Amino acid sequence: MQITKMTALELGRKIKQREISVTEAVQSSLDQIGAVDGTLNCFVTVDADGALEQAKRVQQAIDEGKLDTPLAGVPVGIKDNMCTEGLLTTCSSKILYNFKPTYTAEAVLNLQQAGAVIVGKTNMDEFAMGSTTETSAFGVTRNPWNTAHVPGGSSGGSCAAVAAGEVPYTLGSDTGGSIRQPSSFCGVTGLKPTYGTVSRYGLIAYGSSLDQIGPVAKDVSDCAAILETIASYDKKDSTSVKREDCCFTSALTDDVKGMKIGIPSDYLGAGLDEEVKQGILKAADVLKAKGAIVEEFDLSLVEYAIPAYYVIASAEASSNLSRFDGVKYGYRAAEYEGLHNMYKRSRSEGFGEEVKRRIMLGSFVLSSGYYDAYYLKALRTKALIKQAFDRAFEKYDVILGPAAPTTAPELGKSLSDPLKMYLGDIYTISVNLAGLPGMTVPCGLDSRGLPIGVQLIGDCFQEKKIIRAAYAYEQDRGAWEMAPIASQKGGI
Amino acid sequence: MANVISDETMEYVGILAKLELSDEQKEQAKKDMERMLDYIDKLNELDTSAVEPMSHVFPVNNVFREDEVTNGDDRESILKNAPAQKEGSFKVPKTVE
Amino acid sequence: MAKQYETVIGLEVHVELATKTKIFCGCSTAFGGAPNTHTCPVCTGMPGSLPVLNKKVVELALAVGLATNCKIHQYCKFDRKNYFYPDNPQNYQISQLYLPICYEGGIEIETPAGKKVIGIHEIHMEEDAGKLIHDEWEDCSLVDYNRSGVPLIEIVSEPDMRSAEEVIAYLDKLRLIIQYLGASDCKLQEGSMRADVNLSVREVGAREFGTRTEMKNLNSFKAIARAIEGERARQIELIEEGKKVIQETRRWDDNKEASHPMRSKEDAQDYRYFPDPDLVPVIISDEWLQEVRDRQPELRTEKLARYKAEFDIPDYDAGILTETKQMADLFEQTTAICHKPKKVSNWLMGETLRLLKEEGKEPDELDFSPENLAKLIELTEAGTINQTVAKEVFEKIFREDIDPEKDVEEHGLKTVNDAGELRRIVEEVIASNPQSVSDYRGGKAKALGFLVGQTMKAMKGKANPGAVNQMLKELLG
Repeated sequence: MQITKMTALELGRKIKQREISVTEAVQSSLDQIGAVDGTLNCFVTVDADGALEQAKRVQQAIDEGKLDTPLAGVPVGIKDNMCTEGLLTTCSSKILYNFKPTYTAEAVLNLQQAGAVIVGKTNMDEFAMGSTTETSAFGVTRNPWNTAHVPGGSSGGSCAAVAAGEVPYTLGSDTGGSIRQPSSFCGVTGLKPTYGTVSRYGLIAYGSSLDQIGPVAKDVSDCAAILETIASYDKKDSTSVKREDCCFTSALTDDVKGMKIGIPSDYLGAGLDEEVKQGILKAADVLKAKGAIVEEFDLSLVEYAIPAYYVIASAEASSNLSRFDGVKYGYRAAEYEGLHNMYKRSRSEGFGEEVKRRIMLGSFVLSSGYYDAYYLKALRTKALIKQAFDRAFEKYDVILGPAAPTTAPELGKSLSDPLKMYLGDIYTISVNLAGLPGMTVPCGLDSRGLPIGVQLIGDCFQEKKIIRAAYAYEQDRGAWEMAPIASQKGGI
Repeated sequence: MANVISDETMEYVGILAKLELSDEQKEQAKKDMERMLDYIDKLNELDTSAVEPMSHVFPVNNVFREDEVTNGDDRESILKNAPAQKEGSFKVPKTVE
Repeated sequence: MAKQYETVIGLEVHVELATKTKIFCGCSTAFGGAPNTHTCPVCTGMPGSLPVLNKKVVELALAVGLATNCKIHQYCKFDRKNYFYPDNPQNYQISQLYLPICYEGGIEIETPAGKKVIGIHEIHMEEDAGKLIHDEWEDCSLVDYNRSGVPLIEIVSEPDMRSAEEVIAYLDKLRLIIQYLGASDCKLQEGSMRADVNLSVREVGAREFGTRTEMKNLNSFKAIARAIEGERARQIELIEEGKKVIQETRRWDDNKEASHPMRSKEDAQDYRYFPDPDLVPVIISDEWLQEVRDRQPELRTEKLARYKAEFDIPDYDAGILTETKQMADLFEQTTAICHKPKKVSNWLMGETLRLLKEEGKEPDELDFSPENLAKLIELTEAGTINQTVAKEVFEKIFREDIDPEKDVEEHGLKTVNDAGELRRIVEEVIASNPQSVSDYRGGKAKALGFLVGQTMKAMKGKANPGAVNQMLKELLG
């Protein structure tokens, strides 16, 4: 079997059994990137030398018996909004075009301690604002299943890289669906954990109350193992939650008997592509056949999640992104007159359109006279949405639905109408508002050959339930084929 | 419905956000903002008068550090990314007239 | 007849809390240090960094709130105050707007018209900004983030003061309370206590307040007094000329004794406050509050009463001794060692105040140890040294905190109690001063004083004057 087709755990096992060396694993990853990334542009930075160097060290640690983790020696790609010491971290923005952090994000440190080898930083929508990875300052990422289509976003680079076999797994971040939606578009498995499960220390903030780091991988087992590795209670992140149930791999059992699964009928109405609908209902039938109790219900308030989200996320972003001012790091305009002009020029030249649009909106909704009407109203709506989920989880173990209304759109078709693009987040966004865990698992292809993903949502801290449901479904579905491009070129 | 954003408001928000838009961008931004606000006004359909605003989803509170010095001199790395520096400090355009 | 105006003043007092580390990171708050050497990703606003609250900050803020009779928001939160300025690395300051930790308190001050309560609207916790140094050579500014993130409390008074005297009395009282609590050293010169003055004027008898201005950059009590006079005069002049006072922030230039507006149109004062999503609420339980209450040190009023009862010292002395925490601590600690409150009080009220005055120092700059003062008192009481020597030794304690026992030993300052030695010297003095001897014998009692002086001089001050006197009388018959 080609290394590029292995899951992270499979590769990790072969490394442990000395069938494959860490250097071979990393080189295979670099070769595949060399072969397909010119077309796909999943990576902003590839650190070949650094990765091969790390490979040697990790191999040594394995040989000396100091490293015995399932992911030891397995290459990984990190979304470019997580700080990596000495390695360019741009958020796919011109304003951080030259930024080399002086420290490494906690989640990435956790991976490194488990022997992961970082091969590079993956492309994304600028500052994670977007649903297509087209707002990146460093070029669009293409969907490995059809390069005329987008990979989704904002973790488009992370998801496409896994789909194309460039790396066995990646880290993404999810503020409004940024792991789950591109996972759906790229036919990979992605998990957004409960808010507070993975430390945000070193994750360059977009919407602090919504951001959460999570794994993107080839299957459910990988996601569980990666999450187990990156989850930690971090004293440097005040919103970090001390959890005692982080043994996520223990939930990898093919057993959904008696599990109660609810499908919000509000998710199946107008706007949902018929093929996507059929795809996810088929997945629901699989779970039903395995003994789960599946029924439709009214979640309610679904249409209010998007406006509430855009008020909260934009407001937080307007403040979070004010630190990019040309003083301490990143881009400073070449010409300016005085301090305030320096700020304005640097920021106007450094940020792209979508980022500026959200900063303007966020500044407006927080400005004098509007705070109550917009910001507080949105926070109240958030409370109502949380209550709606609380009610749903009194009845159901897992909520099942689509991750996006359609499969991946064509390149260049989304940005001209921002509002329409925002509406595409309808099935993912409320999960962030309520802090819930959510996961996307590939469940089929549409008639154009583009992947469809089914989303499983759990109550707070109930990752194990969605992992169990996803794993059970996956057992029936069978191993997922990789994107055609993965085998067309490259590989060993 | 139909929010109308004035040029003055756009100018004002630009000052708050430290963003300078060309006239053309400003027109577009104005339209985008008006449409977005119209959409956000959908929230007014909800009666939230009895609902407390929710900042944090979980009741996590009282997260503290002890008052102990843990950091040393890290100046070199702190200044590493500075666009301009002088004498161990970040250099910026003059801040007083 | 000219109109009579009343000045209405409220203060925003920023106090740097006496913690070892910054409010949201483990960097040192030590003063001085080369630029940016007390910094880390958190206090320089590096992307991805996150704040974690220093518990001590909450406890000190609570202590000040309780001592100023405030109510406590037992559920309080931090908010972001958004504005762009290079001394503020994140371009937002973490502060408290919606639920400040303390509110609705007040302290009593003495005024010529009697006691008066100045209300405290609120006390909130926040982070300090960095320092900007203006480089004249290159026409640029340099940013140092060593102070960025140093914990502050801002004490916002009600507009209850009517004169510079009341303002100074309020600040004095506030400073005393905070120093007593050990919550801050409150040094205006070093900026660990800073006051912004909100001032408006109105015609006497008017019910509405006038438009107020906010005055910043006031570095001493004198500057505050001058700024109040200056701003009062400026506002009255505007009103008399039929012009309007503009609500604005002004910067006081104490050298020019004038102020000028601080902000331009680029500083729309719209701070877009919202709850900081990176920090979680602080919940202060009744138990925690009680613990802080139990730890509160004795404040001045209680101390005054106790000094009088316990040590039997005069009101006036007790007043001076408790005026600063350093003085009171020194008094109590020294007394605890030597158990001679009156002697300790005498040294502090006499020589200590004299030397402070001579050197232009404030009592809070006192830094000699109670052990050394106690030893000095023991030496004097035991008759080991005489008063003259003791004063000389005390000067050395005051300046260098020397050990008086060692000093007396090393410099041979002990009073000579050897009767043989004394007799020898006295005989020498008698022999070499025949004139004075005959004067004394002729009935001029004053001449004895001269002979005592000569003897003391010959003995380099180390004699016991009483013993010298007696020996002279004995030998002169």
